[in-house]
Amino acid sequence: MFHWLEKNPFFFSVGVFVVIAFAGLIEILPNFAEASRPVVGLKPYTVLQLAGKEVYKKDNCLSCHSQMIRPFKAETDRYGQYSLSGEYAYDRPFLWGSRRLGPDLHRVGNYRTTDWHENHMWEPTDVVPATIMPSYKHQFTNLADIETAYAEAVTVKKVFATPYDTPNGVKLGTWEEAHTAALVEAKKITADMKNKDVKDAVENGNIPEIVALIAYLNRLK
Amino acid sequence: MQSNAALEYDYSVAKLFTYATILFGILGMIIGTLIAAQLAFPELNYLIGEYGTFSRLRPVHTTVVIFGFTLSGVFATFYYVGQRVLKVSMAESKFLMFIGKLHFWLYFVGALIATITLLLGYSQAKEYAQYEWPIDVIIVIVWVLWGISIFGLIGIRRENSLYISLWYYIACFLGVAMLYLFNNMAVPTYFVSGGMGSVLHSVSMYSGSNDALVQWWWGHNAVAFVFTVPIVAIIYYFLPKESGQAIYSYKLSLLSFWGLMFVYLWAGSHHLLYSPVPDWMQTMGSVFSVVLILPSWGSAINMLLTMKGEWNQLTENPLIKFMVLASTFYMLSTLEGPIQAVKSVNAIAHFTDWIPGHVHDGVLGWVAFMIMAALFHMAPRMFKREIHSKSLLEAQFWLQTTAVVLYFTSMWISGITQGMMWRAVDEYGNLMYSFIDTVAVLHPYYVIRALAGVLYVTGFFIFTYNMIKTMTSSKELTEEPQFRSPMA
Repeated sequence: MFHWLEKNPFFFSVGVFVVIAFAGLIEILPNFAEASRPVVGLKPYTVLQLAGKEVYKKDNCLSCHSQMIRPFKAETDRYGQYSLSGEYAYDRPFLWGSRRLGPDLHRVGNYRTTDWHENHMWEPTDVVPATIMPSYKHQFTNLADIETAYAEAVTVKKVFATPYDTPNGVKLGTWEEAHTAALVEAKKITADMKNKDVKDAVENGNIPEIVALIAYLNRLK
Repeated sequence: MQSNAALEYDYSVAKLFTYATILFGILGMIIGTLIAAQLAFPELNYLIGEYGTFSRLRPVHTTVVIFGFTLSGVFATFYYVGQRVLKVSMAESKFLMFIGKLHFWLYFVGALIATITLLLGYSQAKEYAQYEWPIDVIIVIVWVLWGISIFGLIGIRRENSLYISLWYYIACFLGVAMLYLFNNMAVPTYFVSGGMGSVLHSVSMYSGSNDALVQWWWGHNAVAFVFTVPIVAIIYYFLPKESGQAIYSYKLSLLSFWGLMFVYLWAGSHHLLYSPVPDWMQTMGSVFSVVLILPSWGSAINMLLTMKGEWNQLTENPLIKFMVLASTFYMLSTLEGPIQAVKSVNAIAHFTDWIPGHVHDGVLGWVAFMIMAALFHMAPRMFKREIHSKSLLEAQFWLQTTAVVLYFTSMWISGITQGMMWRAVDEYGNLMYSFIDTVAVLHPYYVIRALAGVLYVTGFFIFTYNMIKTMTSSKELTEEPQFRSPMA
């Protein structure tokens, strides 16, 4: 049979494809049937948090930080409750990461505050002298892309039925409404910040990346 | 009608991809060495502003090495090997020649654009699949063009049976196509939202743990179908050709090929051990990873036994040295992987430097060694000149071998140290170390690793110099060497 296959490239290729596709069918698809169902009380990201998630992706924080706490005592002692599948239901993509050059961040919102992040992102060595993390000062001047974040929210609402605009849920509304809501949320964050330029920018209706990023990090609980 | 005259093969596309291999090799390895050094000396993060941080450069390093250096090498060898094992010349078909050149140029320009988008921060943030959707479209077209080249050459072949190397090239083509398409399924937000925000932005079709499964089904098998399968194709052609020895066992190559195809895809979930994906999938990933030793070692042993009775070549021919050591590193790496996939070991190894350590003994020791050896074998045949310098080849070999050993030993120690410190508790059961303690302790290992990077890159520059000299100014050959590559 194998000799025959080697003389018939078409059937050879079909054979290879069937053999390699097999595992995916058996191993990947069953989980899709289960779908990733949200844990009770999980809300979709606000537009500002989504914009922060984009900053997290853009500066690729997941190069060094995981968002997945394994069920070991050493990990739950250090980072909190181990991670559950349903907590990630609105994460597209998932941001578990694969390396901890820095600590896990899945519940960083429980034990770090806005001002801590502000100081730390500005100059990590001021907060943790031995750290090897670089500073991210450009996040204090670059503006977050709120419009793209809104586009993402609209997309996941339309295509994946992510529950925006539901009772007790996260309100999305029109672009103007969403933009205003993002500014209101941003002002709550800058109230705890000290950087004058960032505060001024938000007063003038612009949201620097750092504000969106902190909104996202504070939400990680 | 078949002519008995020796065929003159056309290497114009193979040459183009050879240049690209060298170029992307230099780029990928320099960035790799830089980011390795950044972990030891964080001041190096600020060389080019926000574009030069470790976090931004790390995906640039991985994608340039995987999709730039390695794939160029795979394509270069394919456009060389494909013609020869099928006994047809690219020059016989204007169409295939056009497709081949289009394949190269679209690939090359696409790779440059893709790299720039990553530097600018346009990223899907899925590992080894960071490119945003417009780049994915280019990649799909490039891949289809390669498919047309493969099956087009097969279509006009004179040799009826497909040689082993071609099995692996075909598998590489099909495997990457399937995995890449499924993993990159995303919805561009600009169109759904009616023209809001960035055109480049998209959102993954899968969420949370589903996304994780699909991603590591891809992530692990990108290793399979870019770093393993086509490299096995390369060694199956070039080791027998350089040594003048026949493949040790046809049956073993059959068993290894079909075994590898069937088993590899199951193992992806070993990247998700102790995560919230279903436990049975994690166990499947572990078990199949261990089974994977069989087909991997099957190929490697087949290669080593091909040298049976001819081990003297190992001392006489540096290219044989490269290839034999590459198979040995392949064995090391494919034993190490399954060990890390065992749950109790993974509990310590996951999230630590042991993982990049494992990747690099495979990629530096196996993938890059094989690609460089193959290009050295091809050069005298493509450029009709002997290899410029044997002593430079020897120097490169020892420099890079030292580099690989330094790299993986330092990362093993660093990884296991960190893994153990994270879980260490004192007599009352409290955690013994704060996180930063486990970072500070790694400094010496990061210095050693950066040094290993410098050594390896230096070796690669020697390789580049030797190749350029071979292409341009070394002694011309009157006829094609049959087996052992002539070198001065």
